Amino acid sequence: MNKKVISTINIILFLLPALILFVGVLIAPIALSGYYSFFDWNGFGPKEFIGLSNYRELFSSNAIGFMKALRNSLLLAALSVFVQLPVSLGLALILGRGIKGERGFLAVYFMPVLISTVVIGQLWLKIYNPSYGILNVFLTKIGLESLTRIWLGTPETALGACFAPTLWQYVGYHMLLMYAGVKGVSPELREAAKIDGATNGQVNRYIVIPCIKPIIKVSVIFAITGSLKSFDLIYVLTNGGPLHATEVPSTLMINMLFLRNRYGMGSTIAVMLIILCFAFALLINRLFKEDR
Amino acid sequence: MSAEVKVSMDLSLDQYQLKKESKVVKVLIYIGLALWTFINLFPIYWMFTFSLKDNKEIFGENVAGLPKHWLWSNYTSAMNTGHMNVYFVNSIIVAVATILITLIAALMATYAITRMAWKLSGTVNAFFMMGLTIPIHASIVPIYVTLSRIHMLNTYWALIVPYAAFALAMAILICSGFMGDIPKDLDEAARIDGCGVWGIFFRIICPLMRPALATIGIYTFLQCWNELMFANIFNSKDALKTLPVGIQALSGQYTTNWGPIGAALVIATFPTLLVYVFLSKRIQESFIAGAIKG
Repeated sequence: MNKKVISTINIILFLLPALILFVGVLIAPIALSGYYSFFDWNGFGPKEFIGLSNYRELFSSNAIGFMKALRNSLLLAALSVFVQLPVSLGLALILGRGIKGERGFLAVYFMPVLISTVVIGQLWLKIYNPSYGILNVFLTKIGLESLTRIWLGTPETALGACFAPTLWQYVGYHMLLMYAGVKGVSPELREAAKIDGATNGQVNRYIVIPCIKPIIKVSVIFAITGSLKSFDLIYVLTNGGPLHATEVPSTLMINMLFLRNRYGMGSTIAVMLIILCFAFALLINRLFKEDR
Repeated sequence: MSAEVKVSMDLSLDQYQLKKESKVVKVLIYIGLALWTFINLFPIYWMFTFSLKDNKEIFGENVAGLPKHWLWSNYTSAMNTGHMNVYFVNSIIVAVATILITLIAALMATYAITRMAWKLSGTVNAFFMMGLTIPIHASIVPIYVTLSRIHMLNTYWALIVPYAAFALAMAILICSGFMGDIPKDLDEAARIDGCGVWGIFFRIICPLMRPALATIGIYTFLQCWNELMFANIFNSKDALKTLPVGIQALSGQYTTNWGPIGAALVIATFPTLLVYVFLSKRIQESFIAGAIKG
């Protein structure tokens, strides 16, 4: 055998395990999801081809409530971008400047990211518990008994109560990314600006933030796609209830699949999620490019 | 810090003045940081304390303080009645197997991509990197259908294989970074000594990749340890549940008795925190690596 053939065989052999896993579990199923989305199918019986009917029903049917679920997750995305990320950025700017106890604060703020979302969900279930939860107990103690309520059981407050821990948990994640960026800004640049009389605020505004713009972009993309995909915490806290007040696309998808056996419709939601995630990623990329 | 101080001293000689933050601002910043520290630590502190209390303390006598009587029996009931020991072992089995498969596949693929000269290596790398953005939702229906057809639901493999596949992109990304730092002269020298491709891979590259393996191992561990959606759907048998699903089951069982639930939460969180205490910097680096390049 000549050398070239042997080296080609070797390359294929080296790539094989990864390719089998990757194509088998990620690529082929995406294609299959797209395929299933054109069928009415209960998962075991015969499939009936119905073209785009699933998509039409998804966007028009009030019974499914996809638009509401989508609105909820977009609201979460907006809150992530306009509340969570500014908090992360603020923390990153303060810690990145090199203050006393920097590493310690960083370690503590990042900790919630590592803890299982189920554990965090269970903890917050206890925090929100109407009779014994620490939130209501605290409100009663400081004399604000009128503010106590059944946080997760009332449609008006349930959504906010689900979002609070979600936003809280990932502040540390975005902070870490931005902190890495802030640390990458050259100290000379900072000092030069300071010698020119810039305040800390001005240094942040005109030097650090423009420097870490690529990282802010990544954070914005992650915050939005993460919100669209959010599942764990809402599943643990309310599973979409009460009265579908906290439904998001993922909970809807799971219900469609395993409560109603509508595999075609479940796949349709999955496909919509992928499309939305990619569309938003592209949009954010474009927005940041024009800004420059 | 010291450079800044020096600069300001030099300048004061020249009658310039650096604008310094006022004391008030500094104090406010520390108050803010302390408040956020409290918000982050309190839930975890609360979890530890109520895992050792009985309902009487949790529900009124002693809501937020340290337990008066350390009730370790909560842990025994979480283990024995709540099967937390089974779930814990399941999580370990799934995590270890996933890490091994991910490491082997990623190391081999990265070696082929970065060390063997061929035309399409860049394209193949870009192909794998797509995995960083694909959400797990994308494949849940087809995987479920396939698993149930080949009667693989309710096995460890039903979780291990998908987890390994979804961890792959990140693992290859981290691997490429580390492998790029190994000088190519080493390969060359080994080749001259008569070492084949496989010899170079196993004897030269693999031993030098130990730091990368640790980073990937930790990252993959965290992903499998905490994953809920697949675990919830693909494994419904009690004997095979992993911790996140097990906790959900246990909390349904102990709705009114909080102590054992707290104990279960601590059992599930403890290994993660332990790893974090010793390897916080490496963990943070792995998260940064994935985001910056992805």
